[in-house]
Amino acid sequence: MIDIFKNFVNAISSPVVIFSAATAVFALFVTFPRQATSKPVSLAVLIGALAFFGLGLTDKHFRSIVFMPDNVPIVGLIFIFGYFTWYAMRKAVINDMRVERGEPTVEQTETNEKVLVFPYLIFIEFVTALAYAVILVLWSIFLKAPLEEPANPTVSPNPSKAPWYFLGLQEMLVYFDPWIAGVLLPTLIILGLCAIPYIDRDPSGSGYYSFKGRKAVIVTYLFGFWILWTLLVIMGTFLRGPNWNFFGPFEAWDAHKVVPLLNVNLSELIFIKWLGIGLPKQWFIREAPGILLTALYLAVPPLILARTKLKEVYKKLGPARYQIMVFLLLMMLSLPIKMYLRWAFNLKYIVAIPEFFFNI
Amino acid sequence: MSDKPKFDLGKIITESQIYKSMFRHGYSTSERDRALSVMTNVFFHLHPVKVRKSGARFGFTWCAGGLSFFVFLTLVVSGILLMFYYRPTVEHAYNDIMALREHVPFGIMRELHRWGAHAMIITVWLHMFRVFMTGSYKPPREFNWVIGVILLVLTMLLSFTGYLLPWDQLAMWAITVGSNMARATPFLGHEGPGAALLALGDIQLVHSGSDVRFALLGGRFVGAGALLRFYILHCVAIPTAVVILMSVHFWRIRKDGGISGPL
Repeated sequence: MIDIFKNFVNAISSPVVIFSAATAVFALFVTFPRQATSKPVSLAVLIGALAFFGLGLTDKHFRSIVFMPDNVPIVGLIFIFGYFTWYAMRKAVINDMRVERGEPTVEQTETNEKVLVFPYLIFIEFVTALAYAVILVLWSIFLKAPLEEPANPTVSPNPSKAPWYFLGLQEMLVYFDPWIAGVLLPTLIILGLCAIPYIDRDPSGSGYYSFKGRKAVIVTYLFGFWILWTLLVIMGTFLRGPNWNFFGPFEAWDAHKVVPLLNVNLSELIFIKWLGIGLPKQWFIREAPGILLTALYLAVPPLILARTKLKEVYKKLGPARYQIMVFLLLMMLSLPIKMYLRWAFNLKYIVAIPEFFFNI
Repeated sequence: MSDKPKFDLGKIITESQIYKSMFRHGYSTSERDRALSVMTNVFFHLHPVKVRKSGARFGFTWCAGGLSFFVFLTLVVSGILLMFYYRPTVEHAYNDIMALREHVPFGIMRELHRWGAHAMIITVWLHMFRVFMTGSYKPPREFNWVIGVILLVLTMLLSFTGYLLPWDQLAMWAITVGSNMARATPFLGHEGPGAALLALGDIQLVHSGSDVRFALLGGRFVGAGALLRFYILHCVAIPTAVVILMSVHFWRIRKDGGISGPL
């Protein structure tokens, strides 16, 4: 029975299935927040997650990965973030319902009341610090920090993984070259985070949990945080084995697993497969379709959206803020787009100019 | 029932001769005393005397920011203790860590530091998540959010630089994988797009001995130079930047109107 379940999970596990399933769950969560945070649904999800985890622990391989000392915090992180996402959404839903009925939000009912920092706030901080200290000491007593063989530049472990909080970036390396996955996208993540308050300036949603009035902003942020970052960290940690090959959660990491690499560039698809004339010699002719496509991707959506769906947003933000916002959103979406292109067409590069190390 | 004297342990203790001999006067709970205890204490003084009731609630802030600060303090303390026993050289680093593990009975200082580092990343992410979900980044707090983002990046860099110091296989190859990305920096990395364009005639300006990765590692690969650089970044340079930015971050909370509340 358990074996059937494990084999089933292994068989359906692949980046495309997990990414799509997670996106679907995410879409349901933000479309029906009231139902998703209701007691029966959230209890069912919690029990389901714990059951999966508990069942997984009966598997030797699953256990060895989950209890790898440096992976323990990520297991904790999944449950902590899951809980707090639920918690924040629950508060937002309650506040939204109160606003609908014409009542003030929970925070509004006591915002004009002031309490003394000592003892009320200091007490909370003290208890939190104390609880953390106890947890940290217990964690340190029961789980030893890892120490492997002395560093040896001639023997590289397989898989070689970056620290866990950078595994989302390492996972992006599957789909993008290092200059994008390791430099451009992290820079844009940082700049994009910094840009949030300069794009979303409406002070009305500040200081209390809410969802309805800030739906687009919250959905974008949660999608980036959960799907494009945390999910990739989880996949990179638990499901990527030797040679960065993908393994199911109950699949032993076989260093000799053979995965055929059939990836092709857009230029090869167009000139060889569709036109049947062979690759042109000059790179700018060869890559013209890809460059054109990229340029269109970055230029056309902002123009169209400014006149249609985002007309009001455009009016509110002005041209400069609007352009920056759409550019950041397009760059964010380029990751899932490239992922699906890879899964659907084995597409390697849209633009490939190895002459200048410039591959998109 | 009601006229029966209640058993009050607190009263028995505070009115005993032993207690009175230690604490000459009682514990005052007047508003004035409570305000003074914040104002006359340099650490408590980071706070205002009074805060919005909605903002003081654990359910609102999750105490994630305060906890991040506390975790940082524990990391400073455990880190200083570790520095007494650790030499950042290729010949000593691994053995010093090994000695900490083998020669100290019940020693958990390295564990406190390593798990604390992981915990700090989680609490900082959580703090950002909470601030976002309550819309607390909105004007007038936008610049404090930016400082927060920089602090988040510095937290991860602190953890990243510390990852190398045990000088075992895990450390060395994680940093190798991580720093290989720097090779591909546009223009500044020798395998990055555009780097080949930076040349004077036949002389390449950006090569493996002059690019950003070389600057980060102090060499062409993760070796003695990288260990020393990461040690100094980890113990001196980044913590200094973090402390300065944290001071601004905390100061700005108060200048921007305290913990955010609804209008």
